[in-house]
Amino acid sequence: MPSASPGRSSPLPGFGLSLGITILWLSLIILIPLSAVFVKSGSEGWHVFWAAAASPRALAAYRLSFGAAALAAAMNCLFGLLLAWVLVRYTFPGRRLLSAVIDLPFALPTAVAGIALTALYADTGIIGRFLEAAGLPVAYRPAGVVLALTFIGLPFVVRTVEPVLAAASSEVEEAALTLGATRLQTFWRVVLPTVAPALATGFALAFARGAGEYGSVIFIAGNVPYKSEIAPLLIVTQLEEYNYAGAAAIACVMLLISFALLLLLNLLQHWQQRRMA
Amino acid sequence: MTAAGLREPPAAKALLIAAAVIYIAVMLLLPLGAVLYEALRQGWNAWVSAVTDSDARESIKLTLIVAAISVPLNTIFGIAAAWAVAKFQFRGKTALIALIELPFSVSPVVSGLVFVLLFGAQGWFGPWLERHDIRIIFALPGLVLATLFVTFPFVARQLIPLMSAQGSADEEAALTLGASGWQAFWRVTLPNIRFGLLYGVLLCNARAMGEFGAVSVVSGHIRGETNTMPLQVEALYNDYDFVAAFAVASLLALLALVTLALKSALEWRYREELAAIH
Repeated sequence: MPSASPGRSSPLPGFGLSLGITILWLSLIILIPLSAVFVKSGSEGWHVFWAAAASPRALAAYRLSFGAAALAAAMNCLFGLLLAWVLVRYTFPGRRLLSAVIDLPFALPTAVAGIALTALYADTGIIGRFLEAAGLPVAYRPAGVVLALTFIGLPFVVRTVEPVLAAASSEVEEAALTLGATRLQTFWRVVLPTVAPALATGFALAFARGAGEYGSVIFIAGNVPYKSEIAPLLIVTQLEEYNYAGAAAIACVMLLISFALLLLLNLLQHWQQRRMA
Repeated sequence: MTAAGLREPPAAKALLIAAAVIYIAVMLLLPLGAVLYEALRQGWNAWVSAVTDSDARESIKLTLIVAAISVPLNTIFGIAAAWAVAKFQFRGKTALIALIELPFSVSPVVSGLVFVLLFGAQGWFGPWLERHDIRIIFALPGLVLATLFVTFPFVARQLIPLMSAQGSADEEAALTLGASGWQAFWRVTLPNIRFGLLYGVLLCNARAMGEFGAVSVVSGHIRGETNTMPLQVEALYNDYDFVAAFAVASLLALLALVTLALKSALEWRYREELAAIH
């Protein structure tokens, strides 16, 4: 198979056309529009940028968005690993249905998820009623943000861990058992280190998605400034007040953090591929 | 699972399966059930009148129009990107793939904001557009642009690994036998990737029809004019018209269920495509 040959000497036609379309479309739809955020956020000088991007209200919003995203991603690592394990290692009736349902958060529009969760967890809802009685209210407070982000992020972890768990040979586990390790020891010492890179990748994906999430959160969050206001909502608020530079400054901070995450993600995937090789 | 020693005690296995099933039932199925329950709470007639209300009908129409424009455009782009990335070697390929996947890590709100900064009243092109009486923000073009942004990677991301794994031996054979480049693409490549392509288009469409954050920023929320279905759900919900909000939401939930069913059906055909690599 010819693979190392440079583009121009490949026998297939269409390199210029396809790469041209790709770069043109990428520039028009993604790169030029994104650059507008950076240009606009700097357009009124460093002081204006800093006043908007680092205002106490903005800092509280980043803390909530990134903090809730981290908590939700951690929850999803726990249950995502459980689900991946059950799907890969066991056969039971309804396994394929369970597997299909896991992708529901990918398919269900976020606004629908948001109002559904609010209906369930508000103090009149069938779950919220009990939580309220137990003194653990969830809706209209930061806990509601974590709940919505947990809903949104689950498939990211399951779908990254699943193939790694499936590909991991059970020979090493068998060897550990033969050498006298208990099942739990084998899990901690053999299985967990094998899936750790995939788990970290899943965490990063769920975290990145959660930090920017808007639709599923705003219905259940309460949206009180300094308390339950997420960063994307603050951007919308700034826009509604025609404070374009302020909105761009907050967006700029969020983009930079996302790009840093993306870099980390690529490093993680590199690590994972080296492990698998 | 071959060695008996690798099996957990039956009780532990049953416990793990039960925990998984209960978690999915509470976290995922219950919200889905809540949408259908709330939508039909006041009976079938209330549901029908909510989804046939004129603003609701307009929102359905708008959602279909936005998807009908943005999905084909991103499909063409996805095929072109996959052809370039998978069939040729060039410098900067890894960076190109990373850039294609960039929209996945951008907040939907920021995806809409970028177009307001460009085309809004105070944006770069705002004054020029106003002089020429062209509306992009708070109108259909803005909704399409925001949707194009968020659904940008879906088709490309599905096709790149598939076409890379398939290589280009089939196409080269077709060329040797006298086919033109286009003929090789239509008769060889397209049949080879059809399930992967359908899969990507399906996910792209689900996101295009369900997108909320990005279109919310550029829509202006004019009922019967610039509200897509998810935005109509929000508008009705904020009016405390819960039955109508959940009725429109139930249509979107049905779309999600159809998407999941088709996705599962396509998944094993797609795996066959991946597995049939020579």
